[in-house]
Amino acid sequence: MLEVKNLHAKIDDKEILRGINLTVKPGEVHAIMGPNGSGKSTLSSVLAGSEVFDVSEGSATFYGKNLLDMPAEDRAREGLFYSFQYPVEIPGVSMVNFMRTAVNEHRKYNGEKPYTASEFLKLMREKKKLVEIDSNLTNRSVNEGFSGGEKKKNEIFQMAMLQPKVSILDETDSGLDIDALRIVANGVNKLKSENNATVVITHYQRLLDYIVPDFVHVLYKGRIVMSAGKELALELEEKGYDWIKKQFED
Amino acid sequence: MSIAGAEIKVEEKYISLFKENQGRLNIMASDVVANAREGAIKIFEDKGIPNRKVESYKYTNLNPQFEKDYTCDFEHEVFNQNLTEVFNCNVEDLEAITIYLINGWYYRKNQLPDSLPEGVLIGSFAEFSKSHPELFETHYNKYAKNEEDSLVAMNTAFAQDGFFIYVPKGVVVEKPIQIVNIMKAEESFMAFSRNLVVIEENAQAKIMVCEHTLSENRFLVNAVTEAFVDKNSVFDIYNIQNQHNLTTSISSVFVKQKEHSSVLTHNLTLHTGVTRNNIYVHMDDEHCESRIYGLYVSDKTQHVDNFSFVDHAMPNCYSEELFKGVLDDSATAAFAGKIMVRPNAQKTNAFQKNDNLLLTDNAKINTKPMLEIYADDVKCSHGATVGQLDEKSMFYLRSRGISKEEARVLLMYAFAYEAVEKIRVEAVREQIRGLVEQVFRGELNKCNSCVLCGQVSDNEFTCM
Ligand SMILES: Nc1ncnc2c1ncn2[C@@H]1O[C@H](COP(=O)(O)OP(=O)(O)OP(=O)(O)O)[C@@H](O)[C@H]1O
Ligand SMILES: [Mg+2]
Repeated sequence: MLEVKNLHAKIDDKEILRGINLTVKPGEVHAIMGPNGSGKSTLSSVLAGSEVFDVSEGSATFYGKNLLDMPAEDRAREGLFYSFQYPVEIPGVSMVNFMRTAVNEHRKYNGEKPYTASEFLKLMREKKKLVEIDSNLTNRSVNEGFSGGEKKKNEIFQMAMLQPKVSILDETDSGLDIDALRIVANGVNKLKSENNATVVITHYQRLLDYIVPDFVHVLYKGRIVMSAGKELALELEEKGYDWIKKQFED
Repeated sequence: MSIAGAEIKVEEKYISLFKENQGRLNIMASDVVANAREGAIKIFEDKGIPNRKVESYKYTNLNPQFEKDYTCDFEHEVFNQNLTEVFNCNVEDLEAITIYLINGWYYRKNQLPDSLPEGVLIGSFAEFSKSHPELFETHYNKYAKNEEDSLVAMNTAFAQDGFFIYVPKGVVVEKPIQIVNIMKAEESFMAFSRNLVVIEENAQAKIMVCEHTLSENRFLVNAVTEAFVDKNSVFDIYNIQNQHNLTTSISSVFVKQKEHSSVLTHNLTLHTGVTRNNIYVHMDDEHCESRIYGLYVSDKTQHVDNFSFVDHAMPNCYSEELFKGVLDDSATAAFAGKIMVRPNAQKTNAFQKNDNLLLTDNAKINTKPMLEIYADDVKCSHGATVGQLDEKSMFYLRSRGISKEEARVLLMYAFAYEAVEKIRVEAVREQIRGLVEQVFRGELNKCNSCVLCGQVSDNEFTCM
C-alpha cells in the first residue's frame, strides 16, 4: 500500500533523508526507531506532504498513486494519517469545526454526502469514547492549552475520526503517563484491521509492548540502516544506539 | 449641482460650494444646526483638507478624493422618497428595529414598531432638531471636535440630516436599532450625514449602522455621529461597512460618557475603497468603561485607516482597544491609537492592541500607538503585531484533509475571531460571524447587496 523508494529530501541544501526504502502492506505494524535528529519526523512529514522539505530524488507511492505529486490534503483523503510529534495549537479554530470540516472534506473527496450535524456529533461521541478524551477538550480550540498528553490523545482521536489506511504515529507515546499510554495504545489497536497499517515512531520499547510490531527499522543519518523483527527493539533498549552508530559512521 | 474643479485650490471649491448653498442647507435645519455652520467653515478654511503633514492623517491622503468632482443633494425631496424603488429588503434573521437613510437623508416612510418603549425617539436629525430644540441646544456639536479635524468641521458646515436617537432615563431598548444607509446616485456623489444619539441615565441602547453603496458611481461620504451617554448607561455602536471600491468613507464617532457608563464602539470594515474611521471617546467622569474595537478585512487596493482617541479625563476609568486587520493583495491600512491620561486621572486602566495579518508581500500596515500619560498611578499597555498565516498551522489543517483554501479561511477566521467575539449583542455577533466568513470566502464581493438581509445581487452592478 505504501512504497517508498530511495527517498532523498533536503532543506536549505542540507540533505536530511538520504535514500529511504520502506514498504508497508495492509495489516502490518512497523516501528521506526533511531537516535535524535536521524530524520524520523522528516520522513513522516515529507510523506504527509510538508512543503518545508524538497524531495530531490526517489519516489513514494500509495496504492500505486504517486504520493509526492499530491498536495497534503489529498494524501490525507487517500487515507494517509500523520500523528504529529508536536501537534500545532490553533487558537480560534474550534475542535468541532476543524473535525467537521476535515471529515466532510474526506467524504466529498470520496463522493459521499457530508454528514448532517447530528450524524457528525454522534460520530464524535463514539470516537471520543474510544480514546477516553475529555468532552471539554473537544469544546476548545484545536490543541490550545492542551497538556502534552492531551495533545497526543487528540491526535489519536483525529485518527479515529478519519479512519485512515496508513497511520504514521510520531512519538505518540512521549509525554504520556502509564494510563494515558495504555489508553492511546488501546485506541490504536482497536482501530487496527487487516486492511490498514500502522507505522509507529518511538524511542521506547514500552509502547511496543502494547502495539506489537511486525518489523523494526533503525533510521540513522537519513537512512534505514537495519530492519528486523520485534526483538530488535528489545536489543536497542538494552544496548542503545552506539553499536549502530559505530557501524554506520561516515 | 456639479462643481467645476478648475485651477483653484481644492478647499476653495468646497468653500464656494458652501457659500452658494447656505440658503439651501438651512431649508430643513433648525437654528442650532444653522448657527454652527459659520464657525465650522472657518475652521475648514483655515486648516484645509488634511494632507500628509497633518500627523493624524500621515498615512491617508484624502486630497485626491476631494479633488474629484461630486454632485450633492442639498434639497432632498425627503417627503417623496420611495425606498422600494431603490431597495427591497426583507430583514429576516435579525430581530432589530430597522430604519433607512437614503444618501444620508432619513427615509420619511420608515416604520417604527409599536412596541418601542415609551419616550424613545428615533427619527430624522433635521426634524428633531426643530421639534426638540432643547435636546439639540444641549448636545449638538458639543462633542464633535471640529478644531481637531477639519473634515469634522466640514461636516458641521454642511450638516442637514441623518438619524436621531433619544433614550430617556431608565429605559432599555432591548432590540438593536439597525440603521441602513443606502447610497445611490446617477453620478459621482457626496454626502454629509450627521447623527445624534442621547442616552440618558440608566438607559441602554445598541445601534448598528450599515453602510452600503447601491450604484456604480463614485461616492464620498463624510459622516459624523455624536453620542452622549449619561450615568449608568450602556451604549453600543457597531459600524458595518460594505461599500464598493469607488467609495471614500470618512466616519467620525464622538462619544462623551458619564460615570459608571459603559460604551462599546466597533468599526467593521468588510469592503470599501478608502476608509477613515475616527473614534473619539471622552471619559468625563469616574468609573467609565469604554471598549473600542475594529476589524478590517481588505483586498485589492482598498485602504482603511482607523484613528482612535481615548481621553481619560477622570480617575478610575477603564478602556480597552482591539483592532484587527486582515490585508490581502495590495491593500493598505493604518492604525493610530491615541490614549490621553490627564493629570488627575489616577487609577486609569488603558489597554490597546492592534494585530494584523498580511497575506501578501504587497499588503501594508502602518501602526502607531500614541500614549500621553500625565498621571502616575496608571496601568497602560499597548502592542502591535504584524504577521503572516502560520505555515505550521496550514500544514496541520491540510494534513487532515482540509484544502488549502479552506485552511486559509479557517485561519483567517481564527485570527479575526477575537474581534468578532467582542460584539456583545448576540444577534449582531451571529450575523457578523457569518458575514466575516463570507468575506474570507470571497463571497461578499457583490458589493451592492445588502449584507444584512442577504438580498441577492441582480448583477446590475459589479464589484470594482
Ligand atoms: N525545518 C528545519 N530546518 C532545518 N533543519 C531541520 C528542520 N527540520 C529538521 N531539521 C533537521 O533535520 C534533522 C532530522 O530532524 P528530525 O526532526 O527528522 O529528527 P528525528 O529523527 O525526528 O529526531 P527526534 O528523535 O529528536 O524527534 C535534524 O538535524 C534537524 O535539525
Ligand atoms: Mg522526531
